[in-house]
Amino acid sequence: MARHVPVTNHPIGRHPPPSLATRSPPRAGGLQTTGLPMTNAVSFSSVSRHFGTVRAVDDVDLSIAEGEFFAMLGPSGSGKTTCLRLIAGFEQPTSGHIEIFGTKVENVPPYRRNVNTVFQDYALFPHMNIIDNVAYGLMIQGMGKAERHKAANEALELVALPGYGDRRPGQLSGGQRQRVALARALVNKPKVLLLDEPLGALDLKLREQMQEELKTLQRKLGITFVFVTHDQGEALSMADRVAVFNDGKIQQVGSPQDIYQRPQSRFVADFVGSSNVLEPGFVKQLTGKNAYASLRPEAVRIVQSDGHAATVTGSSYLGGTTRVGLALGNMRINALIPADQSVPENGASVQISWQENELHLMEDAQ
Amino acid sequence: MTAASSVTQTAQSSAILPGQGGWTGSLSDKFWRNPKLLLILMLTPPALWLGIIYLGSLFALLAQSFFSIDEFSGMVQYDLTLKTYGELFRPANLDIIIRTVSMAAIVTVAAACVAFPIAYFAARYARGKWKALFYIGVMLPLWSSYLVKVYAWKLILAKEGILTWIFAKLHLTWLLEAWLAIPIIGGYSLSVSYTGTFLVFLYVWLPFMVLPVQAALERVPGSYIEASGDLGATPGQTFRHVIFPLALPGIVAGSIFTFSLTLGDYIIPQIVGSSRLFIGQAVYAQQGTAGNIPLAAAFTVVPIVIMGFYLWGAKRMGAFDAI
Repeated sequence: MARHVPVTNHPIGRHPPPSLATRSPPRAGGLQTTGLPMTNAVSFSSVSRHFGTVRAVDDVDLSIAEGEFFAMLGPSGSGKTTCLRLIAGFEQPTSGHIEIFGTKVENVPPYRRNVNTVFQDYALFPHMNIIDNVAYGLMIQGMGKAERHKAANEALELVALPGYGDRRPGQLSGGQRQRVALARALVNKPKVLLLDEPLGALDLKLREQMQEELKTLQRKLGITFVFVTHDQGEALSMADRVAVFNDGKIQQVGSPQDIYQRPQSRFVADFVGSSNVLEPGFVKQLTGKNAYASLRPEAVRIVQSDGHAATVTGSSYLGGTTRVGLALGNMRINALIPADQSVPENGASVQISWQENELHLMEDAQ
Repeated sequence: MTAASSVTQTAQSSAILPGQGGWTGSLSDKFWRNPKLLLILMLTPPALWLGIIYLGSLFALLAQSFFSIDEFSGMVQYDLTLKTYGELFRPANLDIIIRTVSMAAIVTVAAACVAFPIAYFAARYARGKWKALFYIGVMLPLWSSYLVKVYAWKLILAKEGILTWIFAKLHLTWLLEAWLAIPIIGGYSLSVSYTGTFLVFLYVWLPFMVLPVQAALERVPGSYIEASGDLGATPGQTFRHVIFPLALPGIVAGSIFTFSLTLGDYIIPQIVGSSRLFIGQAVYAQQGTAGNIPLAAAFTVVPIVIMGFYLWGAKRMGAFDAI
């Protein structure tokens, strides 16, 4: 993809209302350390969204920096999609405030927000061909046909679908539709791009390829991406920062390394990469602290001696590694061992061990 | 024997189950091997019905329109001629055609305008019991006799009827009188004016517009509307560029009903409205009292030709692109 659409401060974009027109140049990337206030693309202050008695989003505080690739990770029904819809303007908060580039957006309808969404089902208009789909936002702004088709073609090239303009959405594969949805959003040069599980419908191979491409695209364009997913691998591999959601609340926000290696709660340890959670009683014996601790499965080693006695309860071959299920007292521990290492039989008594610094203390026991 | 072991045993007994036996069993096997046989069996009766009884009689009728009537003896002359079609263009007959087509067009446009909001509400917002209420509300009028409804409307629209009374109570009698004073659409009372005919047509055919439009809107996912707004379109623009084009096949389907039903109806204009004829009434009069079957047949061809042009135009305008 040699050519690309220059995105920010393009003279022809959707002209946001004055209240939203804070087009500052994009940051170079990385975190600012100068102590100056960082530009927040999106910030939530104690935002709640209730549907009847259901607290879909419950008192969430959140800030997403400009130019950041931000992932919202959580199981279905955890409130991550509702958060995305609150940013897009499809939902209004029950309480709290949302700011987009420093402007409060209460009562600002979606069509006045310079924010674009890639929908989970792509939502391509079936009665228009691809080029008119991509040029839709520009057409709405009143751009001439030749000009908007040129921009749409450039956007299609950006997503590696040149020459597909005459086709209908129904004639494209899932992966191609996903790219068209991306092009349709990007052509408007949004300040924030929202992606609602855009890779969910794709097969594994294509998904991995698209993850790579989305990341490259985001670095190139410098647009703030907010990405919703329930796939922890996707969140970890793509995002600069990850927010883990559960029950409408944010459990933890941090870099992928933070989230993966230093989970702060049992939920995060379990949901992100299925860490082993060690019971407070056991942890107290080891460290003296009455708290839960997490232990990555790949940190667990099966040793000859000087370990904790455990019983093998099962194993499954994963290709590069083998996951061995172990019973350690009343705890169930998973260990990932290299595939070339011999796997102990079911029911065998083994010794397991780990480096002391692999054990991460989490929330205290109640 | 436990349930588990019985399951295991059945699984072990054989990989292929024995045939069901009997003629139904062997028939099922036969149909499975020859799916076309089943298709032919299922399609033959309706094809015969449509082909011979329905289309056949229609063509027999159309053939009549190429004959003519001997004006002196009143007998049908079985020589092919276009003379009867020529008669259609006599001012009196042309008036009937123009009157009917205009009424059908106005009823169709009005039905689309009234039906759309109802259908939109039903498709996008009504759930559970509200949806049931919608279906009952739309279908209920279809359950009662058409004649009863039309006579009921005659009473509603009459000079002494409830509409006149309501206008009087609202001190709007002047408005009703001003409306009735308008030439062509006005008259002595609503029940003998074209306005009355229009209102009854609109009422009677409305369900035929609501249901197809609702079905079309039902297939528009909410995400299309959100996507349009997300891309900067105001609700009005979203309606123009997304909702309306996607609802258009439904509107066209509905308009085929309202338009063709109005073109062919002969009861409503006879009971409610002025005494001037519509196509349906002309057909009725020509084939009955006048005994002029060829002219009646020629009148019948008019709605068919008009509907043909209508569908052709709708297709050219892209009304069926979103199907």
